[in-house]
Amino acid sequence: MLKLENVSVNYGAIEALTGISMHVKEGEVVTLIGANGAGKTTTLRTITGLLEPRQGRVVFEGQDISGTPTHKLVARGISMSPEGRGVFANLSVRENLQMGAYLNKDKKKVAADMERAFTMFKRLKERESQKAGTLSGGEQQMLAIGRALMSNPRLLLLDEPSLGLAPLVVHTIFEAIDEIRGKGTTILLVEQNAHAALGHSDRAYVLETGRIVMEGPSKELAADPRIKEAYLGE
Amino acid sequence: MPRYLRNLIIALIVLAVLYGLDFVFQARMISPYFIRILMLSGIAITLAVSLNLINGFTGQFSIGHAGFMAVGAYSSAYFSVTYGANLAATLGGGKLAWAICLAAATIIGAAFAGLAGLVVGVPSLRLKGDYLAIVTLGFGQIIVVFLNNIEVVGGARGYSGIPIVQSFFWIFLIAVLTIVVVYNIVHSAFGRALIAIREDELAAEAMGVNTTRYKVMAFVISSAMAGAGGVLLAHFDGYLNPKSFEFIKSFEILIMVILGGLGSIVGSVLGAILLTVLPEALRGFAEYRMVIYSLLLIILMITRPQGLLGSTAAFRGWRGRRRKKSRTEAEEITAEDTRDSASVDKATLGERQSETSLREKDSKNK
Repeated sequence: MLKLENVSVNYGAIEALTGISMHVKEGEVVTLIGANGAGKTTTLRTITGLLEPRQGRVVFEGQDISGTPTHKLVARGISMSPEGRGVFANLSVRENLQMGAYLNKDKKKVAADMERAFTMFKRLKERESQKAGTLSGGEQQMLAIGRALMSNPRLLLLDEPSLGLAPLVVHTIFEAIDEIRGKGTTILLVEQNAHAALGHSDRAYVLETGRIVMEGPSKELAADPRIKEAYLGE
Repeated sequence: MPRYLRNLIIALIVLAVLYGLDFVFQARMISPYFIRILMLSGIAITLAVSLNLINGFTGQFSIGHAGFMAVGAYSSAYFSVTYGANLAATLGGGKLAWAICLAAATIIGAAFAGLAGLVVGVPSLRLKGDYLAIVTLGFGQIIVVFLNNIEVVGGARGYSGIPIVQSFFWIFLIAVLTIVVVYNIVHSAFGRALIAIREDELAAEAMGVNTTRYKVMAFVISSAMAGAGGVLLAHFDGYLNPKSFEFIKSFEILIMVILGGLGSIVGSVLGAILLTVLPEALRGFAEYRMVIYSLLLIILMITRPQGLLGSTAAFRGWRGRRRKKSRTEAEEITAEDTRDSASVDKATLGERQSETSLREKDSKNK
């Protein structure tokens, strides 16, 4: 479904990604883990067209999308929940969700999608008309994910959904990810929380200083001594 | 009652009230000085509300509003001076004929200002961040330099002989129209997208909003309205001078918006009236006037930094974007560093130890 072919990205003279190749198959949850500065966000930015690869290409459903502006990807079926949540603080929960369905002009469908988001995250229903900026971090993350789902994406990109959240809330978020996967949406999950990410994904890539140093089924990686030492702290 | 019918009736009532007041004012029952201040407030409202669309609702920082106002003022004035009298004569020369001329001048002024907005907006709004502030600042200066050197419109001497056809009715009609247009934009899907851009541009982009296009559209609309404000001013005194469109004018409009509250239309209206009336009301203080005026502004900004009617959150969204960003980065780093901290500590400890031992060696050598 999504394929990165030998992608290299530079920030000026500094090489941030060096010949990365990875793929996400339909229906899979794939996670990309790595430390700070490893290139996780750069990878996502390249997929979403915020950065253009110096070399290689990004292919989505057979079409080259390298450098396609972010806003055009939504219509193609890619949706992103940005890092740091990025909810529209001054809009209500409902308005935030409406923004997620911005390109959908079918009001009935939007209403149905909103109901679905409210069933998935019941807390959001309680806070429907509250301004998003007044929500707790966990609720904002739920809103960010719910909003990303409003465009009915085939591929959902999640950037650090567990960032800055309490362990209990992280658990809720990952349960939601399981639920979304259960409904057939393909997910690319970028995470620092390797433990949770490996526990809730099919396959994983490990990124270190702009290179993929390891890849494989999440279960195998979780059992790998090198991963255990470097990322799981065991 | 259907919605459009209700709106139509409201529009007619507003028109009637404006026209009635206009009639009263022209009968000179109220001091012309007072009417003059009222009319200047009306022009200020048009400028402040239009600037609020781009600075308050879209979250882009424009500080060259007077430049667009100048474009509107001079282009419409040129039209009125060159063709106005002829056109009015062919139309019968009455009050109505001049009204049509003024309407044409307003459209021309707004169109040129909107065009200028497009030229300035397209290159600078493609970028995210504060580039618009720099470009609009430069644009404001360039326009003044141009106007000072174009002889056809009087150059530095100023442009005189513009037909004075302005009235309370026209000024407030444009002001009301500006308010209605901005209000409707803000409460539409387009407006929600603009607010989304203000709150988080990247996230708005991720929702499928073509942020560049939307920002440019808002900017062009805002510039065109500023141009209309300029048209009002040009036909108000019958005289224009490049000096009145210098940076200080842009700043004055900006203060109206910030004082009233970013992202609040009523706030902008209040700010515009207050900042037009205040310098006049303080005339009794003679030479201390500007000192008191500045003091009042400072006190107001200290006690209500979000403006008279601005929502605190809108203010934060505009001013604190950098702060917010650094906060999330900090969160990330702390989350990241907790597990690495032990090893880091060890490393620094080691370094320190070696440093001290080196120093010890040094002292021994001495």
